[in-house]
Amino acid sequence: MSAQPLEEIAELLLAAAKRNGATAADVVVAEGDSLDVGVRLGTVEKLKQARQKHLGLRAFVGERSAVTSSADFSRAALEKLAADTCALARIIAPDPFSGLPNPADITTATPDLDLYDPEVAGLTPERAIALATEAEHAAMAADARITNSEGAEAAASTDQVVYASSVGFRGTYRNSGVSLSAVPIASENGSMQRDYWYSAQRKLARLESPDAVGRKAAERVLRRLNARRVATCEVPVIFDPDMASGLMRHIAAAVSGYSLYKGTSFLIGKLGQRIAPQFMTVVDDGTIIGALGSKPFDGEGLATRRTVVIDQGVLTNYLFDTYSARKLQSHSTGNASRSVGSAPYVASTNFILQAGTTSPQEIIRSVKSGLYVTELIGFGVNPVTGDYSRGAVGQWIENGELAYPVEEITIAGNLLAMYDDIEIIGNDLDMRHSVIAPTIKIARMTVAGD
Amino acid sequence: MASDVTTREPVRFFLERFGLTEQVLEQIVGTAIARRADYADLYFEFRTMQSLSMEEGIVKTANQHIAQGVGVRVIAGDKTGYAYSDDVSVESLRLATRSAQAIAYESGESQAVAVHRTTPTHDLYALTRSPLEAPLTDQVDLLNRIDIAARGHNARIKNVMASVGVEQKLVLIVSSAGLVVGDVQPLVRLNVTCIAEDGTNRQQGTYGGGGRVEFDFLMQNDRYLRFTRAAADQALRNLQAVDAPAGTMTVVLGPGWPGVLLHEAIGHGLEGDFNRKKTSAFAELLGQPVASPLCTVIDDGTIANRRGSLNVDDEGTPTGRTVLIEKGILRGYLQDRLNARLMGMPLTGNGRRESFAHIPMPRMTNTFMLAGESTPEDIVRSVDRGLYAAYFGGGQVDITNGKFVFSASEAYLIEAGEITRPVKGATLIGNGPDVLKRISMVGNDLHLDEGIGTCGKDGQSVPVGVGLPTVRIDGLTVGGTHAG
Repeated sequence: MSAQPLEEIAELLLAAAKRNGATAADVVVAEGDSLDVGVRLGTVEKLKQARQKHLGLRAFVGERSAVTSSADFSRAALEKLAADTCALARIIAPDPFSGLPNPADITTATPDLDLYDPEVAGLTPERAIALATEAEHAAMAADARITNSEGAEAAASTDQVVYASSVGFRGTYRNSGVSLSAVPIASENGSMQRDYWYSAQRKLARLESPDAVGRKAAERVLRRLNARRVATCEVPVIFDPDMASGLMRHIAAAVSGYSLYKGTSFLIGKLGQRIAPQFMTVVDDGTIIGALGSKPFDGEGLATRRTVVIDQGVLTNYLFDTYSARKLQSHSTGNASRSVGSAPYVASTNFILQAGTTSPQEIIRSVKSGLYVTELIGFGVNPVTGDYSRGAVGQWIENGELAYPVEEITIAGNLLAMYDDIEIIGNDLDMRHSVIAPTIKIARMTVAGD
Repeated sequence: MASDVTTREPVRFFLERFGLTEQVLEQIVGTAIARRADYADLYFEFRTMQSLSMEEGIVKTANQHIAQGVGVRVIAGDKTGYAYSDDVSVESLRLATRSAQAIAYESGESQAVAVHRTTPTHDLYALTRSPLEAPLTDQVDLLNRIDIAARGHNARIKNVMASVGVEQKLVLIVSSAGLVVGDVQPLVRLNVTCIAEDGTNRQQGTYGGGGRVEFDFLMQNDRYLRFTRAAADQALRNLQAVDAPAGTMTVVLGPGWPGVLLHEAIGHGLEGDFNRKKTSAFAELLGQPVASPLCTVIDDGTIANRRGSLNVDDEGTPTGRTVLIEKGILRGYLQDRLNARLMGMPLTGNGRRESFAHIPMPRMTNTFMLAGESTPEDIVRSVDRGLYAAYFGGGQVDITNGKFVFSASEAYLIEAGEITRPVKGATLIGNGPDVLKRISMVGNDLHLDEGIGTCGKDGQSVPVGVGLPTVRIDGLTVGGTHAG
């Protein structure tokens, strides 16, 4: 830990900003430790350890503002940073929408959301190496066709975050995160495939076992062997939960206040309209105990909360921070995210497509001929129009069964039409990311191949 | 901000700033290679980044980020121990060294290392004025002029977002091989995004450029205006665009930035780490044909003032010009120290890292294909029905099976030998080891890109360049919505 508590450094910086002419300011200070080990073919390949600290200052001079960051916590450096920030702010155009939240809106409570696990802080390099070794071994031992490996990795990090602002907010909390992944390579008939599985949690005890991580990675890579292409066609497409979460990420980006006022969202003007089937509900909830996207207050000191974004198919809420809300005559939804080096922006917390009642097996059985997508690559999503075209890997479905692996194909459509065309939502919701969805079936998309 | 000593003498800058001496560095590197390590290095970094952003007609955000720190690396066999700290002091260096050398199991004695200062053999971006010294008012003025130019270009341009970033990174590398080398790496980048609207139809266009240049580079020959018009025209053209075709067809790539195809389709697959581990689709293909004889592909980190260029890589090795593919035959891999040593191959100056917090890896610099003999007009005329891709959003590759994808942000149909209607949302997908074999014509118009590329690998981003002449590819899958 630093010689000086992070809270005191935040106070010093706020005071320095005021001395240098700031009319308002906020500060974020973060300090943390990280450990990252990699094992490949049974031996340790890398061992990385670090302790890092950062601070960020946003200073307002009237309606002008600037954001700076540094890792130098010395008194002299803090004074210089404050002076630099105020000088930078003075050259910027005034923006009448800028500013800190209304003091009445900031929260005074810092609920304990169970975000920190001392066991993660105590994870030794030896234990991390053992976890990674075991995960890789489980993958390699699963099948003789698994001939190589990109390795397995175990990583742990803990940090403390302090946020303080000149409207009176003071808050701090601790985070922990731990993950385990394996990337086996399988080969058959002269061609190779690679796939992975990972588990990420805030608590060590909740991490999937190394054996489970390795075995799932093996299953995923084996089923890709001898993949083929298919002819260009229009068919139903099923997204597995990880790929379906990508479709939720596009919604999260499109309901951000920033995308809306900049005109870069395909959901502009859709508030209050039906954009998805009646059985589809999507919520953003930053208050879920122990969840990866939870936090006790947002990046501007407002309470995090539960916001229903799509309620039974109807787009009911956009997500805002203070600035984007003022731009659009609305109210912050407590979705300000503040990294040390940049001004607040809108980010989802835990963004969740509510589970349906159908099992993934039944969803697959509902398809006579179609595609089950397990990986998407490339950047073919246009946030302005919703046009969607990405490289896909998966399994071809014939008569309700996974028949053979496919690759080097694309799937294309438009996100608005795709959400509208959701036919079934699965019951297999798993909290392994901060953006999650169960299996989804879309009635029809263009698959391009031969 | 940047004093003379920083821009001319990076080694002295670090020693003075952190109160270090060459003797202390020798001692720390000597301790690091105890315990039977093969190699150790220290990487000091001091990086200042400034950016200004404009939207809705006003420059509303200014950012400054200062990062400093040191990374200590110890290599034993194929194992890497790494520790980093943003607190640069003798004490923190000793602590980090102990953490990093935990990777080498056998204990041994500290070794004597004598370091000597070297000056990089290249001097590819000596500037009279650091980009950080460009007056902020000039930068604000540039962004305001972009807004006026874009809106004046066409009334359907409804919003303009532009940002200018200037950066200076000082590095000092000290290795157990006795090397002490410093570098000062400037970087400038301008990005312009325009939103065009016509009724309810809303489209976006993005363009930009830069390099290891002075800020004034953006103003020379009205370069910023050219970028602005390109972004605006892209957005306007997308208003008229028809749905992209779906299926396999002949694709013509325009010159310059479409070279991102080389980067994705083959560049990553030729990085040393993937080939040592035999996880690349190109593993063990040296000397074998992997492309049409029309193709010669180069990675060159020594082109003056380019975004992907470096005087020395992030391990202190001078950058070079590596022939990857010569007339279709695979000739070389891109190497960092670890992989070159384990593969018994020469260093190529491609050991790069995002920052002091990252372990070096083999990475590309500026990757391009040499010009051929066809004229671009003849290439387009040779296609009866196909797609002409002029500009791309980004791409991605799975190096193990070689499959790559990239997204065209500006593309047109080719009908009866003519470029006709613009198409939207086209994604191209193919197989790295296969796609260059399908190149049937190479143009005489090699262009390098404008200087906007950032490459991501294993969570690390580094600036890169690409380049391409016009090429014809016989049979690439286009992933549009319009089947048949």
